[in-house]
Parts: sequence; structure tokens; C-alpha cells
Amino acid sequence: MTIAEAFAGSREARKPEGRRIRLPSLSKDAFLPYLVPVLIVAAWQAASSAGWISDRIMPAPVAVVRAFWDVALSGQLAYDVAVSGARALTGLLIGGSIGFLLGIANGVSRLSEQLTDTTLQMLRTIPHLAMIPLVILWFGIGEEAKLFLTSLGVLFPIYLNTYHGVRNVDRDLIEMGRIYGMSGWSLFRKVIFPGALPSIFVGLRYALGIMWLTLIVSESIAASSGIGHMANTAREFMMTDVVVLALVIYAALGKLADVIARTLERWTLSWNVAYQRQGA
Amino acid sequence: MPIGPYQRPLAFVDGEPLEYEPPIPARANRPPAAAVKLSGIQKQFGDNRVLRGVDLEVPAGQFLAIVGKSGCGKSTLLRLLVGLDSQTSGEISFKNGAGAEIVPNARIVFQEPRLLPWFTVSENVEVGLGDGVPKNLARRQAEAVLAEVQLREKAGEWPARLSGGQRQRVALARALVSRPGLLALDEPLGALDALTRISMQQLLTRVWRELGFTAVLVTHDVTEAVHLADRVIVLDEGRIKLDLAIPQAHPRRHGDPDLAALEGKLLSAILGES
Repeated sequence: MTIAEAFAGSREARKPEGRRIRLPSLSKDAFLPYLVPVLIVAAWQAASSAGWISDRIMPAPVAVVRAFWDVALSGQLAYDVAVSGARALTGLLIGGSIGFLLGIANGVSRLSEQLTDTTLQMLRTIPHLAMIPLVILWFGIGEEAKLFLTSLGVLFPIYLNTYHGVRNVDRDLIEMGRIYGMSGWSLFRKVIFPGALPSIFVGLRYALGIMWLTLIVSESIAASSGIGHMANTAREFMMTDVVVLALVIYAALGKLADVIARTLERWTLSWNVAYQRQGA
Repeated sequence: MPIGPYQRPLAFVDGEPLEYEPPIPARANRPPAAAVKLSGIQKQFGDNRVLRGVDLEVPAGQFLAIVGKSGCGKSTLLRLLVGLDSQTSGEISFKNGAGAEIVPNARIVFQEPRLLPWFTVSENVEVGLGDGVPKNLARRQAEAVLAEVQLREKAGEWPARLSGGQRQRVALARALVSRPGLLALDEPLGALDALTRISMQQLLTRVWRELGFTAVLVTHDVTEAVHLADRVIVLDEGRIKLDLAIPQAHPRRHGDPDLAALEGKLLSAILGES
């Protein structure tokens, strides 16, 4: 056998094996981020089973799963998640729209910026949760209070990033747009908005975090439904498993919101090389 | 290529006589090239007098190149021509081939392509048609012009995936899609490598001869000016220092000794040796 034949032979022999290796390496990429959480849960379960952690302090993962099963079967979970989700989305929609519109207006119009930017920057520095006592005095403990706080929380990150995005659209592109007869709405739709979009998405993802945070706090203070209420009721009955379950659900909802935002981002920003998958 | 009522009205007046005989058969609906007349143009930015009285007549369909040191006012002059800036004093007027006053359909290509990265190549070219053109007609026209700049197969790509020369060709297609009567070129090949420049020069010459617009090219590259233009003017401290006709027929060969002689003449005028 010549050297060339040996190489050809070994290449042939290796080929199918090379293909088989690719698949596990791909799924390894998908699996790796979850390795640490899985290990933590396993260690936690082991510690609970061995009796090192008291059930009063921290229930075993199995107990949390059982609690999930019970609450899910009773229909209470679906109801509470729906209520909390609706609050979060409404708050995001109201606060997000106001922040977005103000950001666009102040990015485009010098007059609007001079009128409102300083005020907004001052309001922004007040931690919105510090307003809870005042909000309870204004609205009582009804839905309005939660919506107000959530809206206020998401308004500023969306405002700041939209404003920043509009301000940083390439001046040369705007000049080009004007040369080609764009003005007003057409210039906004074709040049300014797409140019500001990456920054707006940064604001949105940041706002999603604040949205859940605000909702959790305001639901724990005063609510008769929602995940926060579920956790608070469970606390009164010392049901640690349901309390932990509430935390897990918040984490899952937060992750879900982020995944949706990221998918949206990748889809709308597919023109941007930073969002294009390698080799695609 | 479908051309009809949706074209910008100023770009199209049917049956307009052209001032020169193009070697390539004329298209059915050719836009009238705009003749430009500048008289006593001055432009000041604060205390800085950039243009100090420029008088210039560019016949319709001419390819004029403006050369000069940086800061001589050549880019400013070009921006005045396409209405991106207004002059401090003096007058600019445009006429069509028949001598009637017109508002020209003027387009400009910059050194950087200025494509919208979130639009595909073909959508970027459609920007050149302005609003109000039906989508499928705009798409067909864009693709026809892309074919002219040899980028038909890239119509659906993002600009980020093109090379520098290809992007500049898209910018050229965007400027040409509305069939301008006046095309201003502000160092359009300045950022390209030497070989790409040569093929872009050939492309520019070809579309100019084919479409018959008036072209005004600003460049600091004398070789390029001599190679492309009918006429080269040297701008120095805001005034025209030399006005030189380049009579050689197109297509011109790189390394032609007659062109080299003209080039030498221009260079010494720019450097102030004569």
C-alpha cells in the first residue's frame, strides 16, 4: 500500500465516524448551559434526602415538583400565572409605549427634548419602588397600584435606550434619506426607526427584568391573586414548597420573556452581521 | 425595462434632442441631460471664504471633472449643485437640451456608499425611486438597474455581505434608477482598491455613455479625472484656475501618452508650478 492509498483509506474510514461525532458535540453546546443548574438541584435533593436541610427552611426539589402538581391540578396555578402575566404585559405595554414615544419625540425634536428630558432624568433617579407608600395612598391596593408601578418601572429603560438609539442613527444616512426625498414618516420608518432598533431592544430586555421585579414586590405587598399572592398565602400556612415554587415560576417566566425578546431581536435585526449566525 | 408614468416627471421628456451622439443606441425614453450654469458663485462658512466667484457652464451630457487640493472648495461646489447647501451669493440655473429652464433630477454618489443596512440591495436601490412607486414596478426597475451594474444576482442580499466595490455599485444603481439628468460624484472611488477602481471607472464610463446624463465628478486623482471626463477644471482657493478639454475618444486606454501629457499639465496647475 502506498502512502497515498493509506491516506485515502484512512480518510474513507474516518468519514462516517466524523459525522457521528458532530451530533453529540452540537447537543453538548445546547446542554452545557443547563449543567450547573442541574447539578445544583441534584445536590440540593441529595442534601434534603439525607436530612441535612430542614423541610421548614428549604423543601426538597421533589416536594416542589409535588406542590407544582397539586397547584396545577387545582387550576389555581394557571389562574395565578394568567393574572400575573396579564398585569406584567399591561404594565409593559403602558409604560413601554410612553417611554418609546417620549424617546422618539425627544430624539427627533429639539424642542421636545428641551421640554421633557431634564424632568425625565430627574424622575429616573427616584427608585420607583420607593413610591409604594404614596402609590397605596393614591390607588389603594387595587390593580391600578400594580399597573402604575410596573409602568413606571419599565418606562425609563425604554425611554433612555430609544432616545439614545434615535440620537445615534448615522447622520450620513439621514442626509442620504433627505436627498432621496424622504421626510417625516417615511424618513422615520425607513431610516430612523430601524437605525434605533438595536438600542430599543436593549431597553426592552432591561425593562423586562424590571417588569418582573416590580410585579413581584407589588404582588407580595397587597394582592388577592397572582403568583405573589400565592407565595404570600403559602407563607402564612408555612408551605415552603409552594413559596419556592413561586420563585421557580418567576424565574421561568423571566427566562421565557427574555427568550421571546431575543427571538424577536434576532428576527428583526437579521440584517446586522452581529446577529447573523456564523456560516449561515 | 419598464418606464412609464411613475417615473419622476422631470427625468423624462420624450423625444428630447440630446447634444451629443452616443455611440450606444439610445433607449426609447431617455431623460434629458441637464445643462448647468453657475454665475458668480460664492460660499462662505463664517469667515472662511470657500468659493470666491465661480463662473462655469456645463453643457448637457458633458462629463466634467473637478480636481484640486483638499480644501479648495470642490466638494462644496458639488453640494451646491445638487442643492445640499445654498450659496452665499451667485446663481445656479439648469436648462434641458432644448434650452428651457428646468429643476433637474439631480443625484449624488458619495465616497461612502451610505446604504441602509436593514434594507436588501434591491430595496436600497428602490429608495432611489422615492415614495409612491408601486412595489412590484419599483422592484422590476431596481433589478433592471442592478443588472446594469452587474449585481442582478445580489438583489436579495444584505449590504453587509457585499464587498466595498459592490456596495459602491449599489449606491450608483440607487442614483441611476430614477434616470437622473445630473449625476454628482463626490470622490466615489476614493475608498476602493486600485483594481476595483479601474473596473468602476469602466462601469461609470459605460453607464454615462448609455444613459446620457450630465456628470460632475469631484476627485483628487488626476489620472481618474483625465480618464473619465470630457473636461477637467482645476479649482484653487475657491476659483477656477484651469479649464482643460480632454478630446480623446472613449473608451480610453490606461497609459495613453496623450492623456499622460494632459495629466502632467493638470498636475503642475494643481501644484502651482506654472
